[in-house]
Amino acid sequence: MFRTGDTPLPDIIILSHKLTRAYDMGGEVVRALQGVSLQIRKNEYVAVMGPSGSGKSTLMNLIGCLDTPTSGEYWLNGQKVSDLDDDELARIRNKEIGFVFQTFNLLPRASALHNVELPLIYAGAGARERRARAARALERVGLGDRMEHRPNELSGGQRQRVAIARALVNDPSILLADEPTGNLDSTTSADIMAVFRELHRQGQTIVMVTHEHDIAAHAARVVTLRDGLIASDQLQAA
Amino acid sequence: MPLFEALRLALQTIRTQKLKSGFSLLGVFIGVASLIGAWSIVNGVNRYMTEKFAQTLFGVNTFQLRRRPMFTPNVPDSVWRAWARRPRIRFSDAEALNAGFTVPVITAWQSSENQTVSYRDKQARDIELTAASERYFEIKNLRLALGRAFTAQENRSGAAVVVLGDAVAQRLFVDRSPLDRSVRIGGSAYRVIGVVEKQGSVLGFPLDRFVVVPALSPAQNLVNPPGILDAFLVKAQSEPEMRLAMDQAEGIMRSRRHLRPRQDDNFALDTSEGVQRFWAGISRILVVVLPGVVLVSLVIGGIVIMNIMLMAVAERTREIGLRKSLGARRRDVLRQFLAESAAIATVGAAFGVVAGIGLTFLIAAASPLPASVSPVSILLGVVMGAGVGVVAGVYPASRAARLDPIAALRQE
Repeated sequence: MFRTGDTPLPDIIILSHKLTRAYDMGGEVVRALQGVSLQIRKNEYVAVMGPSGSGKSTLMNLIGCLDTPTSGEYWLNGQKVSDLDDDELARIRNKEIGFVFQTFNLLPRASALHNVELPLIYAGAGARERRARAARALERVGLGDRMEHRPNELSGGQRQRVAIARALVNDPSILLADEPTGNLDSTTSADIMAVFRELHRQGQTIVMVTHEHDIAAHAARVVTLRDGLIASDQLQAA
Repeated sequence: MPLFEALRLALQTIRTQKLKSGFSLLGVFIGVASLIGAWSIVNGVNRYMTEKFAQTLFGVNTFQLRRRPMFTPNVPDSVWRAWARRPRIRFSDAEALNAGFTVPVITAWQSSENQTVSYRDKQARDIELTAASERYFEIKNLRLALGRAFTAQENRSGAAVVVLGDAVAQRLFVDRSPLDRSVRIGGSAYRVIGVVEKQGSVLGFPLDRFVVVPALSPAQNLVNPPGILDAFLVKAQSEPEMRLAMDQAEGIMRSRRHLRPRQDDNFALDTSEGVQRFWAGISRILVVVLPGVVLVSLVIGGIVIMNIMLMAVAERTREIGLRKSLGARRRDVLRQFLAESAAIATVGAAFGVVAGIGLTFLIAAASPLPASVSPVSILLGVVMGAGVGVVAGVYPASRAARLDPIAALRQE
């Protein structure tokens, strides 16, 4: 059991300890997370579920280092990130986390290749290296022949693959997906899940927030939140 | 994000949003164009005054003894009346000065009046008839295009010979040679012996509408009462020698007029500096007004850019959220929007420079103003334009940089 003051074991990628997050909504304090303790090991494939208002978005933002907890500890890949400042968090997001969003969030005027290059720009990589790594990431998700296409020239599934390539391009510790199939039809969703499965097989740690049971079924472990607390945490057969 | 990336991104945004960017850089464009245009006029006239007018037309190291100064901005009536009471410059003054100078100088007499010059049935009206002595051409730097100037001998004997200005020759003789033709000035017949090279114009005043005759020739009665001169021209070989000659001229004139030490000079010693002082007075007004105009358009330009950038930040909130989630730090976002704002303004300024230069050439070609582009104004225009962009971009960019990535990503 983890105690305050400890250091996580080396193969623990994500460790949250009594994580809370409260929002001040005009005088009324909303406690979105009320003490979440969670450990995720390297190469786990975890789905986070829960009804709306359960705190899964809040947890997702904390795991993604977009937000800082009100109290508790959060360790990511051996680094305590719960008390880092803005710029340090930006660096962690850049190096350790690959985001995949429900709405893809691609830059509409930029080519697929340039979209994938974005994280590398903020990592300070040179132009040549950026191109090469972005191209490799696009090939990994099967879009090697669509590099110069703009998002509006791509199908929804292809857009999400571009977003996945962008998430992978910095070799992050975790792939963090927020309803990755929320805007896709079931065939395309299955496609994307196949990509995730393959990435998982290659050793990628994946945390996926979803409210769909059949999407969560692709994960090896399902964490369910309710009222800002973990209600269940189950391993399931692949 | 390196600065280079920020700039590349900024230029790309401008390219993809041509119309919007076009409007937003209009203010800076107008500001810089008017800066360069107006500066060019002042600069052009300045250069004209110092180089051409003062140096060539007035003469280098030259001063003139006159009853009153030639160029006099805003003189009160009382002063003007006092000048009108002064005694005139006489032939005898000129002779006394010639005898008194100890520095090597060349001198000339000059009296002018507007007259009509005619050849057969053709007339040239409002021609400046100048009765002068032979060194006048040398002092005024008038080179002959045709024929010759009159000689000292012709001047002394009052020969009825005339040298025409280019415009007069054109008017009376079109493209035939005027040499040895006889023109009439006042009641007298004059033989044409030369034509002066074309002088052009200054500030719209044509400089070729003149004729020069010997000071003692018959037409002298048309310009001044007997024995009277408008001006006595003195040219020295150097500036210090000119100063010395001026001191000597002042001393000689004061003693000839029996002025006591406490009395002011009742004559004027004009140099090209006087002309330049006159012009400096005018250009000072321009120099005060001009920055006002430029400042106003740059401030407006800055406000427009700030507005556009605030709109851009609002429109691209999601993009900002995304960039932050991918690892952009505050300073990266700040830099991106500052670069964009500065780039818009700099592009506007660059177009403004081009338009300003174009405007200058247009002014120079279509108006009498001798406009000429000053390199300093180009530099200043671009620097000020870019500066406006940076200043106008600070607030929108810092708003963008402070955005909370979670809220920004949620924005529709």
